[in-house]
Amino acid sequence: MTDVVLEATDLVHHLGQGAGRVQALKGVSLSLKGGELVLLMGPSGSGKTTLLSILGCLMTPDSGTVKVGGQAIAALDPEALAKLRRERIGFIFQSYHLFPTLNAEDNIRLALDVRGERARTAKLAAREVLATVGLGHKRKSFPRELSGGEQQRVAIARAIVGKTQVILADEPTGALDTANGQAIMTLLADIARDPSRAVLVVTHDPRILPFANRVVHIEDGRIVREESGGDQLKKASNA
Amino acid sequence: MSLQFRLASRNLFHDRLRFIATVIGIIFSIVLVTVQMGLYVGFRRMVTTMIDHSPAQLWIMPVGTKCFEDPSLLDERQRFRALAVPGVAEATPLVIGYAQWRLPQGTTTPVFVVGSELRGLGLHPWNVVEGRLDDLSVPGAVAIDQTYFERLGITGVEQTAELRDRKVQVMAVSKGIRSFTTTPYVFTDVERARSYTGTTPSKASYLLVRLASDADLWKVQQALRDSLGNVEVLTASEFRNRSRSFWLFGTGAGAALFAGALLGVIVGTVIVAQTLYSSTKDHLTEFATLRAIGSSSRYIYTVIIWQALLSAIVGFAGAAGIGKIVAAATAESALPVIMTPALTVALFMLTVTMCVGSAIAAIVKVMRIDPAMVFSR
Ligand SMILES: Nc1ncnc2c1ncn2[C@@H]1O[C@H](COP(=O)(O)OP(=O)(O)OP(=O)(O)O)[C@@H](O)[C@H]1O
Ligand SMILES: [Mg+2]
Repeated sequence: MTDVVLEATDLVHHLGQGAGRVQALKGVSLSLKGGELVLLMGPSGSGKTTLLSILGCLMTPDSGTVKVGGQAIAALDPEALAKLRRERIGFIFQSYHLFPTLNAEDNIRLALDVRGERARTAKLAAREVLATVGLGHKRKSFPRELSGGEQQRVAIARAIVGKTQVILADEPTGALDTANGQAIMTLLADIARDPSRAVLVVTHDPRILPFANRVVHIEDGRIVREESGGDQLKKASNA
Repeated sequence: MSLQFRLASRNLFHDRLRFIATVIGIIFSIVLVTVQMGLYVGFRRMVTTMIDHSPAQLWIMPVGTKCFEDPSLLDERQRFRALAVPGVAEATPLVIGYAQWRLPQGTTTPVFVVGSELRGLGLHPWNVVEGRLDDLSVPGAVAIDQTYFERLGITGVEQTAELRDRKVQVMAVSKGIRSFTTTPYVFTDVERARSYTGTTPSKASYLLVRLASDADLWKVQQALRDSLGNVEVLTASEFRNRSRSFWLFGTGAGAALFAGALLGVIVGTVIVAQTLYSSTKDHLTEFATLRAIGSSSRYIYTVIIWQALLSAIVGFAGAAGIGKIVAAATAESALPVIMTPALTVALFMLTVTMCVGSAIAAIVKVMRIDPAMVFSR
């Protein structure tokens, strides 16, 4: 039996103020189990990023509960939430968000540094994941010296170096061509092979469907459909 | 090198122009503070030079004397009463006062006459570079400082001028006895000082006291007070303090110097706060990313404070360099800017405090970051 690593129930959340106030989530429940890669798909404005922010403990929902590794986050203050994030959640962003003034190795090391892991082992761990993402030879390169695909691989390395249980990615392949997108998804799928870790990927990109164990469809703040990866693959091959 | 430090230094050096602006701001501000405080230290020293250069242990003066240069008179007969007090080894008169010095070509300029006993306890010119102190006993002999040659129309010893219609001859020349009031000092003996300043023969400005070797300073001071009555008896250090507090605070000169320094601190704080804030704003996405990946606020503040400290160190180094130059350039002037090690340390602490304090605005900005913004940028 695999454990539920992330669980959200009945999430309701509003964004904006006054006339611009919208209900971005209208009662969303979702859980992630160890060992699965889940795709979250839906039209623009459907609430994907909002959901990801709440699951990642970057925002607290107006109502509903989020449990990370069984722990409810409702009562936690911002510092405790930050601690939870650095210990349990890895993030990957569409625009990478690497630190332009740090080289690849230091960018990765940062994820350990914020946890207070500063020993030589942190450096070695950073080098190791850099090799895992196929950039062992670029550890001294700065983001501006790397291609988009390479930058995203560094960002993935940063997200996985801390061996967090949950990896959340918002459109990780959005800025990449097919080949690079496939390489990135292969890496994420590899992580999700570990039965204690789960990956949730927000995407618009149907080309990455084959990597999913499960696909969750969201529309207008509600989850409308869920399919297992097998169904998707079938559909893709029928088409 | 820690990653926080690396991030901080790269954030700083990333935008060279802004960094240069920050450093110039700090230098400007700290140089201003340095000059003001250096002047304060210099002034503090200058106002007590005369007291410092007299070997007197106790000074007897008219009640209410505010500082060395404050000419009022006491009766010289007090001297014999003072000598009768046990523990007093020597008590000699000192006469001071303003006089008009007439240059050989006929114009006049004010001088400050200091007359004391030439053989014995007195206040004699120091650093004599031309002529001899002993020659001051010659009738009409005076000593002046090199600095004032031009003002007094003198180019060397044995030249003459007039003081209160009496002919005087420069018999000794000193180097570096400057007055912060810019009025030249003229040293001579007691009798002639009286005649140059128009002082009644039985009067003196001060009585200088030297103690017997086994006497107790405080006991003798008290005994003198009891026996002389209507005068003040101060130890050299008490008189120094009184002179200082008069010149520095009684006249407002000290307050003006401190106000200038405060202005420097304010200007510096505003500049550093402004540049740190705008740097933080430029790197806001990075700070939000740090926050998103779970860094504590403390981690982020450390980065910002490192930026402040680095600016402080570089800025202080520049300011200290300029301060040294200013100190060297003014060393020979009437009012030198003096840099003591203690002042240097204090200025460094001030720079650090100022820069770290300036980080508050940036820190407040960072505190308000919504880490969720990383998904939308
Ligand atoms: N700061 C905000 N203020 C007001 N409304 C917002 C804000 N951010 C998002 N919204 C609205 O909330 C809803 C959900 O937005 P969200 O960003 O979660 O959508 P999304 O599914 O990620 O869209 P996309 O695919 O374009 O990234 C949208 O209607 C959006 O317009
Ligand atoms: Mg989105």
